[in-house]
Amino acid sequence: MNTPATHAGEAPARAVEPNKRIQRTYWQAARRRLLHDPVSMGCLGILSLIITAAILAPWITPYDPYTSSIVNRLKPILAPGFVLGTDELGRDMLTRLIYGGRISLLMGLLPIFIATLAGSILGIVAGYFGGKTNMVIMRVADIFFAFPSVLLAVGLAGALGAGVVNVLISLSLVFIPPITRVAEAATTQIRAQDFVEAARATGASAPRIIVGHVLTNVSSPILTYSSSLIGLSIVLASGLSFLGLGISPPLADWGLMLNTLRQSIFLAPVNAVLPGAMILIASVCFNLLSDGLRAAMDVKP
Amino acid sequence: MLWYVLRRLAYVLPILLGVSIVCFSLLHLAPGDPLTAVMPEFASDQVIEQIKRSYGFDKPVPVQYLLWLFNALSGNLGLSQVANRPVLDEIVPAMVNTFQLAAFGIGLSLLGGIGLGLLAGYTRRLVTDRAITTTAIIGVSVPHYWVGLVLIAILAVTLGLLPAMGKAPPSPGFGLDDIRHMILPGITLALIPTGIIARSVRATVIDVRKQEFVQTLQANGLPPRRTFLHVVKNASPTVLAIIGIQLGHLVGGSILVETVFAWPGTGYLLNNAIAYRDIPVLQGTILVLATFFVMLNFLVDLAQPFLDPRMTRQ
Repeated sequence: MNTPATHAGEAPARAVEPNKRIQRTYWQAARRRLLHDPVSMGCLGILSLIITAAILAPWITPYDPYTSSIVNRLKPILAPGFVLGTDELGRDMLTRLIYGGRISLLMGLLPIFIATLAGSILGIVAGYFGGKTNMVIMRVADIFFAFPSVLLAVGLAGALGAGVVNVLISLSLVFIPPITRVAEAATTQIRAQDFVEAARATGASAPRIIVGHVLTNVSSPILTYSSSLIGLSIVLASGLSFLGLGISPPLADWGLMLNTLRQSIFLAPVNAVLPGAMILIASVCFNLLSDGLRAAMDVKP
Repeated sequence: MLWYVLRRLAYVLPILLGVSIVCFSLLHLAPGDPLTAVMPEFASDQVIEQIKRSYGFDKPVPVQYLLWLFNALSGNLGLSQVANRPVLDEIVPAMVNTFQLAAFGIGLSLLGGIGLGLLAGYTRRLVTDRAITTTAIIGVSVPHYWVGLVLIAILAVTLGLLPAMGKAPPSPGFGLDDIRHMILPGITLALIPTGIIARSVRATVIDVRKQEFVQTLQANGLPPRRTFLHVVKNASPTVLAIIGIQLGHLVGGSILVETVFAWPGTGYLLNNAIAYRDIPVLQGTILVLATFFVMLNFLVDLAQPFLDPRMTRQ
C-alpha cells in the first residue's frame, strides 16, 4: 500500500498521484488509518460526549448535584422529571453522573499522564545508559511488579489515607513500573541500531541522541502501551473511590456513587448499578480506542 | 535442574526483600505519628517516650526495619491497633476464606477459559479475529466489582435465587449452603481470569498447531484426538504460567469483590484496616499477600521444567 506503482507506461495524470502519497508522514498516515476505523471513531464520539458533558456540567444539568430531597428519594429510572431516577438522598442521578465524570475521568487520565512521563524518563535512561544504571532502575521496578496492581494501589492509598491527591500518587506509582519496562525494552532495541552508533561516532552528546533519535523512535510503543492502561486506570481509580479512599461526599464520582448507593441495592437495584455502567462505558471506549490506535500505528516496515 | 532452582532463587530473594521494604515503609508513609492511635490523650513526655521505646520507635529506621523483618519472619506481625490481637491471628482465618473463594473462582475460570480458548483456537476460521479481540478487550475493561453488584441486583434481589452477601453460617462439613454463598462472588472473581486464560489458550493453541511437528503427526495419519494431546502438552507451560499469575491476582486483588459481597477474607480485613487506620494489619496483610504472589510465581517457574525440559537449558 505504501509502494505506489510508477510504471513507465502509465498515464501521466496518474503519475502525479503517487508523489502526493509519499509525502504523507508516519503520523499523518497513522491518523488517517485511525480516522477510517469505525469502532475507534465511535468510541471517540462517545468519549467526547462524556468529556464535553463533564466540562459543561453546570450549564447543561437539569438540577443541582448537591441539593437533596427526602420526598424524591430513589425514584426509579424514567420517573417524571428524573430521566435516570434519583439517588438515596433524592438527588438527580443524571446530574450527578455528569458531574461525576469530572473527577472519575481526571483520576483515570492524570495518573497515566504522570506515569507515562516518569516511566519514559526512567526507562529511556535505563535503556540508554545500561549497566549499573539499568540494573538499579529495573530491579526497583521489578519489586513494584511483584505486587498485584490492585493490592499495591489499595496498600499505598490505604497507608496515605483518603483523598484525591493520595489516589493520584498511588495510581501513578502503580503504573510507572510497567511503562518503565516498555520504555526500557524499546530503548535497548533502538540503542543497538547503527544510526545511533553513527550519531555517537559523530560526537553527538547523550541528551542530543536521546532527544533526536531515541525519543522519536520509542514514543510510538510507549504511547500505545500507556494508552492501553487508561481503561484499567479508570476502573482502579473508581475502585479506590468505591472503597472510600477517593473524594469525600457530597462530591460526585462514579466509584463513590456506587459505594453510597450500594446500601440501597435491595430497594432500587437499577439505580444502584447505574454509576458502574458509566465506568464500564468509559473504560471500554478507552480500551477499544487504544486498540484502534495500536492497529493504526502498527506498520510493518 | 539444581542450577535452575538456585538461579530462580537468586532472583526471587532480592525481590522478597524489596517487597518487605515497601511494606515496612507503608507505616512511615502514613500521615502523622504511627502511634497516635495507641497514644493516650494528653500523655506526658515521659509516657510518650516509654510507649515509643516499647514499640521500638526510638531506634534508627534501618534498625527498626531489621527488627520488624526478623519479627515478621518468626510470625510476629505486631498487634492490631483496633482489635488489640496479634495481626497473624487476624490474617490466618481471613486467608483461609480468601483461598476458599479463590480456589472456587480459579476453578470456574479454568473451565471457562480453557474451554473457550480451545474452541476459539480450533475454530479460528469461523470466528473473525476482530470479534474475538473486541470481546477480550471488553472483558478486561469491565469493572469486576460492578459486575458483582449487577449479579446481586439480578440474581439475588430481583429473582431471589441466591444469597446476596456474606458467607454461610458455620456448620459441620461443607454443605450446599456454602456453595450457594460462593456462586456469585466466585463468578465475579472468575470473570477477568476467564478472559485472559481464554485469550492465551487461543493464542498458544494457534501457535502450536502451526508448528511442523503437528503437520507431521497429521501426515503420518494420527487421529485428531491423538494430535490434540500433543497440542495440549506443548501448550501447557505457557498456560500454566498465565494461570499462576491469574491465581495470584485473584488472591491479591480480591479486596474489591470481597467488599461487594461482604466476604470475610483478606480483602474485608484490608478494608477494615483502612477504615480504622489500623496500619499494622494493613502492613501485615499486604506483606502476606505479596509474599504469596511472589512465591506462587516462583513455584510456577519451578514447575515449568517438568512440563518443558528445554526451560532449564539456557
